[in-house]
Amino acid sequence: MPRMTMIEAIRSAMDVSMERDDRVVVFGEDVGYFGGVFRCTQGLQQKYGRTRCFDAPISESGIVGAAIGMAAYGLKPCVEIQFADYMYPAYDQLTQEAARMRYRSNHQFTCPMVVRMPTGGGIFGGQTHSQSPEALFTHVCGLKVVVPSTPYDAKGLLIASIEDPDPVIFLEPKRLYNGPFDGHHDRPVTPWAGHPAADVPEGHFVVPLGEAATVREGSAVTIVTYGTMVHVAAAAAEETGIDAEIIDLRTLLPLDLEAITRSVRKTGRCMVLHEATLTSGFGGELAALVQEHCFYNLEGPVVRVAGWDTPYPHAQEWDYFPGPARVGQALKDMMEA
Amino acid sequence: MATRKSAPATARKTTVKSGKKDFNGGTFLDFDRDTELKAYREMMLIRRFEEKAGQLYGMGFIGGFCHLYIGQEAVVVGMQMALKDGDQVITGYRDHGHMLACGMSARGVMAELTGRRGGLSKGKGGSMHMFSKEKNFYGGHGIVGAQVSLGTGLAFANRYRGNDNVSLAYFGDGAANQGQVYESFNMAALWKLPVIYIIENNRYAMGTAVSRASAQTDFSMRGASFGIPGYQVDGMDVRAVAAAAEEAVAHCRAGKGPLILEMLTYRYRGHSMSDPAKYRSKDEVQKMRSEHDPIEQVRARLLEKGWATEDELRAIDKDVRDIVADSADFAQSDPEPDVSELYTDILL
Repeated sequence: MPRMTMIEAIRSAMDVSMERDDRVVVFGEDVGYFGGVFRCTQGLQQKYGRTRCFDAPISESGIVGAAIGMAAYGLKPCVEIQFADYMYPAYDQLTQEAARMRYRSNHQFTCPMVVRMPTGGGIFGGQTHSQSPEALFTHVCGLKVVVPSTPYDAKGLLIASIEDPDPVIFLEPKRLYNGPFDGHHDRPVTPWAGHPAADVPEGHFVVPLGEAATVREGSAVTIVTYGTMVHVAAAAAEETGIDAEIIDLRTLLPLDLEAITRSVRKTGRCMVLHEATLTSGFGGELAALVQEHCFYNLEGPVVRVAGWDTPYPHAQEWDYFPGPARVGQALKDMMEA
Repeated sequence: MATRKSAPATARKTTVKSGKKDFNGGTFLDFDRDTELKAYREMMLIRRFEEKAGQLYGMGFIGGFCHLYIGQEAVVVGMQMALKDGDQVITGYRDHGHMLACGMSARGVMAELTGRRGGLSKGKGGSMHMFSKEKNFYGGHGIVGAQVSLGTGLAFANRYRGNDNVSLAYFGDGAANQGQVYESFNMAALWKLPVIYIIENNRYAMGTAVSRASAQTDFSMRGASFGIPGYQVDGMDVRAVAAAAEEAVAHCRAGKGPLILEMLTYRYRGHSMSDPAKYRSKDEVQKMRSEHDPIEQVRARLLEKGWATEDELRAIDKDVRDIVADSADFAQSDPEPDVSELYTDILL
């Protein structure tokens, strides 16, 4: 089975989808000729031509708005917003048009569209190239929100997203593009090669939306997380020796609540972990759900570990980033409480 | 709205032509010796600073994003010549040159690049996010095109306060396709705001050539439907930029509303430090460097007219190198911000 980085897996997902369905169209800033700022679309224009993979002007609102129109008339656009931090001009189109097309038109029209965005920090991007805005999407009814953590999942989830009948926000943790980053920024970069989830089938397969994965079984505490933090959680569990069960949500909406509650009922403790800022983050929703559904199984409060409530700093990236030390300390505190 | 005092329109003949596409044959101001030397020194400072920033990046002292201004120096240096105290400058992410031209300290800029507490934003902003109230520099903005509306607001504030200051809103050919640029154009024309929109057309929006992403590649025409006059300027010739700047600033100070200057310029380096620049040929870059380099043009004139000797120019180079070396030393030795700074400057 071929080994892929997350970039290659994402590219392969678009390739497979374009091959199978000529309604799939890929476009965005620097996506065609240049092959994408992170090279996720490299080679697609050469293979499928400029009518199916092309460059858009720097016009995020226009790009997403046009994609909605294309989708309403039966195409399946898969567009790239160069960084999730650039999506705000398009937020109006995403929330008021894309998310409500089905509802507003009495189901006559739908919006089968994917908007891919690199998300998160860890590359010294500072405040305008490091944000994790997933909660801004999960707060909107009518969108689906996906965050993969491995090449295998990225490909399977992206194909599922492209084939989905509704608009999907596909957030790609950019620090995971080239390797399973566990938060140890001072160690040499680990490549994907050698990681079991870098074995990715060449052809078509899907990872269904709405199904979480238990990436580490454990009995002491449940860590509910997604994206880059899946790898950080695993490192923290290993380093502290605390037998954590790690749930990788993979899809934030629709949410696999069953997987979360099953685990928390078993372990009796729950940490919610994300890189995005704490206040009004998606972790707040997860913590609320856990206490609603598992209150009588909990042996302590649900703990949230997240980015601090600050802009993403330039100089203090690793003070901001909830790395294995912070997660590990929180795990220890939970076990002692 | 308070009315502003109207400054008399200057009687100079137009020194910039609409629709001019060629890099040669433009009109320009005749510089005297001091002005040539000033232009030389200031452009050299930007170039040497950027070269050093590139080195520090390669050595790992600067992380993340770093967009160098090398090749475009004549634009900011020429524009700055027409400004007076209180005029504002705002730009996007390729901002080091603008800050140096505004007189912000090389130490402060370099230390921000390396993320140290002596940086202009205490190291918390980085390459794309720096400001100086003292120098009327309003950033340093990492979101492409976002600063254009802010520059429009600065102009509104000038008009509201009744001063005759002018706001310079710089952006690139890529940003020129953002919707908010046209919302800004409309408001600026509607309210006759004293703002000069300076479109630095360096031919590539990251890796995408202008023609791949723009239906109208003559950016000086982008304000036509709002009645905003626009001119193409040879942005490699500091004298042409200075002439355009003088005209444009006079237009704005006279209360005639906004104006667009499209600077035909070129960046020698990649979009950012990670850009292999495969979207253009080495010949294209080399041709611009050898035939249109903004610094070489001034240097040649200075020598030709006998206004400076090689030795005198070398002395300027040394001065500039010393300033840059000092900024680099500072930017490596100054401590990083304390962890307690994480939560400062967010809200009062």
